[in-house]
Amino acid sequence: MWKRHEKFERHSLWLVIGIIITVSIGGLVEITPLFYLESTIERVKGVRPYTPLEQAGRDIYVREGCYVCHSQMVRPLRDEVERYGHYSLAAESMYDHPFQWGSKRTGPDLARVGGKYSDNWHVDHLRNPRAVVPESNMPPYAFLAKTELDYRAIDKHLKALRAVGVPYTQDQIDNARADLETQVDPFAGERSGLKQRYGAKVAQRDFDGDPSKITEMDALVAYLQVLGTMVDFRTYKAEDPENLR
Amino acid sequence: MTWIKATPVAVRDEAGVSQLTPVDSMTQALSLRDDTPFDAVVLYVFTGLAALAAILATAFSPDPSFRFHGWVMIAGFVGAFVVMSVAIASGRMRADPTRYADGVIRAGVIATMFWAVAGLAAGVVIAAQLSWPDVFYWPEAPWLNFGRLRPLHTSAVIFAFGGNALIATSFYVVQRTCKARLAGGAWPWFVFWGYQLFIVLAATGYLAGITQSKEYAEPEWYVDLWLTIVWVAYLLVFLGTIWKRKEPHIYVANWFYLAFIVTIAILHLVNNAAVPVGLLHARSYSAYAGVQDALIQWWYGHNAVGFFLTAGFLAMMYYFVPKRVERPIYSYRLSIVHFWSLIFIYIWAGPHHLHYTALPQWAQTLGMTFSIMLWMPSWGGMINGLMTLSGAWDKLRTDPVVRMMVVAIAFYGMATFEGPLMSIRAVNSLSHYTDWGIGHVHSGALGWVGFISFGAIYCLVPWLWKKDRLYSNALVEWHFWIATTGILLYIAAMWVSGIMEGLMWREYTPQGYLANAFVETVAAKHVENVIRTVGGLMYLAGAVIMSFNLWRTIRMPGAAPAPLATPVATPTPALAAAE
Repeated sequence: MWKRHEKFERHSLWLVIGIIITVSIGGLVEITPLFYLESTIERVKGVRPYTPLEQAGRDIYVREGCYVCHSQMVRPLRDEVERYGHYSLAAESMYDHPFQWGSKRTGPDLARVGGKYSDNWHVDHLRNPRAVVPESNMPPYAFLAKTELDYRAIDKHLKALRAVGVPYTQDQIDNARADLETQVDPFAGERSGLKQRYGAKVAQRDFDGDPSKITEMDALVAYLQVLGTMVDFRTYKAEDPENLR
Repeated sequence: MTWIKATPVAVRDEAGVSQLTPVDSMTQALSLRDDTPFDAVVLYVFTGLAALAAILATAFSPDPSFRFHGWVMIAGFVGAFVVMSVAIASGRMRADPTRYADGVIRAGVIATMFWAVAGLAAGVVIAAQLSWPDVFYWPEAPWLNFGRLRPLHTSAVIFAFGGNALIATSFYVVQRTCKARLAGGAWPWFVFWGYQLFIVLAATGYLAGITQSKEYAEPEWYVDLWLTIVWVAYLLVFLGTIWKRKEPHIYVANWFYLAFIVTIAILHLVNNAAVPVGLLHARSYSAYAGVQDALIQWWYGHNAVGFFLTAGFLAMMYYFVPKRVERPIYSYRLSIVHFWSLIFIYIWAGPHHLHYTALPQWAQTLGMTFSIMLWMPSWGGMINGLMTLSGAWDKLRTDPVVRMMVVAIAFYGMATFEGPLMSIRAVNSLSHYTDWGIGHVHSGALGWVGFISFGAIYCLVPWLWKKDRLYSNALVEWHFWIATTGILLYIAAMWVSGIMEGLMWREYTPQGYLANAFVETVAAKHVENVIRTVGGLMYLAGAVIMSFNLWRTIRMPGAAPAPLATPVATPTPALAAAE
């Protein structure tokens, strides 16, 4: 039997082919079913693609490496559900390219942070975390409130997201820039199509408290405020057999 | 077994340079000046085209992030083009086929130590930030915030320090065990400098906020493409050298290097599949979303550990330990069994990073099962490494370099026991998201990866620079003890803080309320954070001592006069199997 191993030791191509086959099996068995097993992602109501402003905020969340210290994944454990809210569903991140589940909680989980604190709280906390939470060791993000958001290419961002599977409509892409500006303008009212395109629940206000310009703070707070708020847990029945996985 | 004979690892070449008369050498040098080798011409043209592409892309890009990286690439490619122009004109691009290509390995050793100090220093800074946030955060310098420096630290240590150590040692080992010069002429240098460019692009990208946020795969799409080109060149150089070998068998260390190179290529290509916002935009979006993206990421992430940080460094162990202690590898059969089982089982272990998440439970259970099984092949490698010292245990006392490598293997054994333990769902519910995970990776990274690399480099420097010894064994002792104490402080602090915060998160009052607000767990960890910083600082101090020692070794007067001859001055190793 040991003699047979000579083939791999004498022929590098056999060795390479052997390695490729050996390391392919595990990944194929574990990953590919996730793309076709229907039970992988729950059927829920309410999860929608991010608005252009929220998506711009998400890009800032990624850029600043927030995922390094904050998870977005509430586990179905008693203390987590009581601390953060309903455990996270796969459906809630089905439009997240890339996912932001995280791997470390140097700070608390953010999967359901949306709506828990006021916009003002977020702005104050991001500016100087220790002014709000003295024991915190989070970095300060005061510059976000001073930096104007660069959204010239936001339609291209939405288009790229559509290419990887987020169901943005042509209408949403064409109006991406206008929708972004509308969302931070509390006086834009009904005449814009933002709520027709993204739903009546979309938060439309000046997130950073500075109406003179659209800042990165606006975008980031808009994203934080939508986190975990899309699914209506009054209608979602976690105990239903179809939702048990 | 005759698969590797106890013959000298390299034989003196028959047609050595020394046999040529001075006149012969002169005419040869003159005639070859116009006769630049083909591989160098290809590389020259490639570099020129790359410089041109970088200039055009930078000129037309509307994206400031992309333009910033464009300038970095222009500097790299134009610089390389100029250097190559001079080198070709002076006839220095010719390779001498009768000698081993050691220049690129010497460069790799220097780069390894440079990035080690840089990456460890970044780690100390971010540890200090978590300990004293009021001192080490600068509100006017967002590029120095924890979120941007942490990927810089992990990438600098894993890919810059670890990657350079792997490339340098693999180039050394494959030549000696195949008795052949590196294939590809000038292309090993392309692998070296191309990889440095990848590191610089990745590092500056993190500071500038250019990231796709997939842990340990943060560089954006164009940097990924560049790394793919470099990696294919690396594979071809490595395989090409094996094809030229004068030994019938491929030595066991080369199996591990090959598994590392091939599997990292697969992982890299699958995990980084993305659609860019535009061809001249830095930002891209992952091809996968949510749960699929999570599993692909941790399939990648865990096997970056398995193949980059394990297989590659096991290869290092399989060459440098037997050679340093002058004993054969303990068991040839064990190396076969643990090689194939290790690479087969590792791939399955990724889902243990996603216990209790929205990943379907069947996948979590599979991942946990294979993670526990992984304990066995891991310890197979540990046993094979440790038992190679049979009959040479006294060297632990006399040779601090051997001690460093043995402690590395011990840390490998400890970390590969701790890993399966943490992959059990019940344990994971406590350990996940806490500092325990940080402690676990650092016992692997500082203990195993760091120490086995340091041991290999302590071996390599006198061999490569033709010295009969290191400048100071006493300094190696200092390095060993300071660094070992640093590791112990680090991982003990993280065990304590990790288990403490895990317990505090789930602690209830007798009335049935959560006992602690999240921020109370942050405050409770302050002392451990400080101890961690001190431990990291000690480990960094060890690396600085080592750099000094190596620098003085290189500056020592040569042991043997006229190192013109073939680079085979190292003593005959005993690489035969025990059977």
